[in-house]
Amino acid sequence: MTHDHDDHDHDHDHDNRYTDMQARVKALETVLTEKGLIDPAAIDAIVEAYETRIGPRNGAHVVARAWTDPAFADWLKRDATAAIASLGYAGRQGEHMRAVFNTPDTHNLVVCTLCSCYPWSVLGLPPVWYKAPAYRSRAVIDPRGVLAEFGVTLPADKKIRVWDSTAELRYLVIPERPPGANGLSEADLAKLVSRDSMIGASIAGAPT
Amino acid sequence: MNGPHDLGGQMGFGPVAPEKDEPYFHADWEKRALGLTLSSGAFGAWTIDESRHARESLPPATYLAASYYEIWTRALEVLLERHGFATRAEIDTGHKQFPPAAPRRVLTADRVAATLARGGPCGRSVDTTPRFKPGDAVHTRNINPKTHTRLPRYARARTGVIEAVQGAYVFPDDNAHGKGESPQWVYTVVFAGPEIWGEDADPTLTVSIDAWESYLEPA
Repeated sequence: MTHDHDDHDHDHDHDNRYTDMQARVKALETVLTEKGLIDPAAIDAIVEAYETRIGPRNGAHVVARAWTDPAFADWLKRDATAAIASLGYAGRQGEHMRAVFNTPDTHNLVVCTLCSCYPWSVLGLPPVWYKAPAYRSRAVIDPRGVLAEFGVTLPADKKIRVWDSTAELRYLVIPERPPGANGLSEADLAKLVSRDSMIGASIAGAPT
Repeated sequence: MNGPHDLGGQMGFGPVAPEKDEPYFHADWEKRALGLTLSSGAFGAWTIDESRHARESLPPATYLAASYYEIWTRALEVLLERHGFATRAEIDTGHKQFPPAAPRRVLTADRVAATLARGGPCGRSVDTTPRFKPGDAVHTRNINPKTHTRLPRYARARTGVIEAVQGAYVFPDDNAHGKGESPQWVYTVVFAGPEIWGEDADPTLTVSIDAWESYLEPA
């Protein structure tokens, strides 16, 4: 980077541009709308989709089905994209799904160290912590320390597998079915499945 | 590129601090930033790989200080300017001064549900057979390109084992720079914790990445 006076001014202005994000984004939306490039109603529809239809209840449905239907669980292991699509969940950031199953021996944890890759079709928009440097930096080197911050302590001998989502595969953790959940319906089981448990940052049935 | 985005194993960012009952958005502008980013992607002028590279190319201090929707917004402005959809002055003033480049499509509200449901699959068929098979030991190449790559620094020059052949996919290292899709086989490669982090690593830890074939060589 050069350090002449013009560039210094440019950097200074550049920083000021983002001190008021509300105004900044409003200006962007306004100019793109004036140019006929975007439809503000489409933005409303996108927001509405992720606030009401595309969220972690989708993933919880998948998990509860896997807990109650061994044939579905097998399908999830073989072809998660198709198995999940059979429940109506597909599309953006869920095009290439993989389901990874927690077992008594192994706990799975999903991260994207390079950006914020996340299975939107089943979990919706990623939480802030998932996209932030603390989680992305530490999940691969200190997963037990990370899990402790979510209130999860795993047995010392339990294996931990961290999946760094470096390509276009999107991972859904199938948590272990909580003990004592026998006899519950699929819908009631789904209520035990938190978003975080499907990332591997919690366990199913844990208080949220 | 060895940019600020490549965070695996870095230290000093403090606790994760999950937020109880986190809302989907923390401000109205985040909603608009999400919608603008997805709507602009529909222009068909850049790929997801180019947009990732625009985000990781932000100055490191900026990247690390910004919220993720701010990162998206800053990178979107770079892409809009680069591809002729808006000038910096237009974005700053919020008003049109020049006609834009022609988008391949404009996302209208009636097309949102179908567009989200379709997504952007990036699996491709290739004529080659996979070079590696599950169980093969592989060594990741020690590459440090100034351009986009999806091989994180912590996983370079390491020995791991192929766990799965995941299919052939668009190669982001080329696609981010307009060099075409160049699809390659992708493998899940598993590393033992100590191979990456040394003798003090958690002995129960394994880490996997999904690696394009050209990142790998036989161990």
